[in-house]
Amino acid sequence: MKKVIGLAAAIGLMTTSLVQADSTITVSGSTSVTNVMEVLSENYKQTAGKTVEVQGTGSSAGIRAAKDGTSMIGMSSREVKTNEMSADTKGTVIARDGIAIAVNNSNPIKNLTKEQVAKIYRGEVKNWKEVGGENKPIVVVTRDTASGTRGAFEDILKLKRKVNGIKVSAIAATAQVGNGNGMVKTIVANNPFAIGYISLGSVDSSLKALAVDGYKASDNNIAAGDYTIARPFVLLMKDDVNKEAREFVNYILSDTGQNIIVNEGYIRVN
Amino acid sequence: MNTCTKNSDSGIFLRPTPKPDRLGTFFHLLFICCAMVGVVSLATIAWFLFSEGLPAFRQAGVIELVFGSEWLPPALFGIFPMIVASLISTFGAVLIGVPIAILTAVFLAELAPKWLADIVRPAVELLAGIPSVVYGFFGLVVIVPAIEVLFNIPAGNTLLAGVIVLAIMILPTVITISETSIRALPPVYKEGALALGASHIYSIFKVLIPAARSGILTGVALGIARAIGETMAIIMVMGNAPAMPGSILEPARTLTANIAMEMSYATGIHASALYSTGIVLLIFIVLLNAGLLYINKKSVH
Repeated sequence: MKKVIGLAAAIGLMTTSLVQADSTITVSGSTSVTNVMEVLSENYKQTAGKTVEVQGTGSSAGIRAAKDGTSMIGMSSREVKTNEMSADTKGTVIARDGIAIAVNNSNPIKNLTKEQVAKIYRGEVKNWKEVGGENKPIVVVTRDTASGTRGAFEDILKLKRKVNGIKVSAIAATAQVGNGNGMVKTIVANNPFAIGYISLGSVDSSLKALAVDGYKASDNNIAAGDYTIARPFVLLMKDDVNKEAREFVNYILSDTGQNIIVNEGYIRVN
Repeated sequence: MNTCTKNSDSGIFLRPTPKPDRLGTFFHLLFICCAMVGVVSLATIAWFLFSEGLPAFRQAGVIELVFGSEWLPPALFGIFPMIVASLISTFGAVLIGVPIAILTAVFLAELAPKWLADIVRPAVELLAGIPSVVYGFFGLVVIVPAIEVLFNIPAGNTLLAGVIVLAIMILPTVITISETSIRALPPVYKEGALALGASHIYSIFKVLIPAARSGILTGVALGIARAIGETMAIIMVMGNAPAMPGSILEPARTLTANIAMEMSYATGIHASALYSTGIVLLIFIVLLNAGLLYINKKSVH
């Protein structure tokens, strides 16, 4: 028995010293922020030589992880509500991102109003004809409720309703659910009747981003406040987080970090 | 234990008291421990599910939760549409998959020329090793668009797509076990049937398959367990809408997909509701297995 305890203690000592020497910065949360965070962490490893471990778990999980201290930094791709925060947790906005309303490349529609998008997602409009398109059914694609993109999308378009005094999503239950930006993209890119919403940074030639209220989904229009379906990328840290994590956030806010964010298709804040 | 008492009864006068068989006891304990790993795991999982899931049952009520038709966390937790989706997708898969699998097993065991069996059998065994995410991707790029074209519907991410993917996924389990049980039959069954003048096909359907029924049913039971527990492939092809499917050409969400999609971020009563989804799933599997065991016993007697 003594031997076992001794062995366990030895292993424990060895692993703790390994962790200390490695000084890995742990980051978890929004899958939308994960994309850009991975590029940032690679660059940070090259310049500062420190390892950053990034995990995409969804904004709500990220906020919780930062609060519990299971991750040093939590990522959120929506405004963090006051009741989700604790007194010793602070948020820093590192970038802004538009949410693109995406349709298939073969869809002739170019512009929708916010009201029309909301109606489509509530299930009140079911045919492209009703919003000025062809006489074709609309296939609505949404994200799972974990997603910060969905949270921000619902907040901006007021897609909320109350059931038994509790706020719940008003997106039609018959909408298809994709569990990630990538899956929504695959569905919309392959289905000529589909409409979905994805992070503007991940729009590519496989699908088409619509203009909303007459304004194209471009960085300038978002910065000017004309394209209104946009959200912040927030990093959350506890006040007593270690020096390494703080330095990493400062690096992201520096000119180098912000340039990487622009290169990835998001909008800088500094 | 029994063997010990028997020894002391019959052999007590023939030899002196044997030395305590240390090695035997050790292995005896080892076997018991190994046998208990599965049972203890199941008990732990069940205990964990119930302790985590009961708050949701208590708040929402068993009837509301099991028969409620709206899933709107954190307000409403009706999982009835998902129960329906799980049952339809599983039984659909069995309906399509099991006949194909049994006929394949008969073909491999009885009819196939050796060279062809040597191609088909490894192919089937390989099918068992393909990860479910690959099945899901295959479904997404092949079956889903095919359903859109065939049925002329806007979106092919439907229950039917899930049924087809599951039917393919249960093939290897059912084929392998059925083939083994047909091969294990004593040759006199077939020889007797042929000697009585039955044709080869007649003897297969009237003698061999009924005789191997117990093994085939075991294969079907394992296939059902695989189908009802499958998650990743289903998430990718079934559309995951938590609404009650009106037909098999509409999207649906199974119990497992519901747990997998929302578990990572759910908190409080929402998380508890997901565990209670797990309880419902566990009860289903227990009922299915019990039912099949019962049928199996009945058919043997």
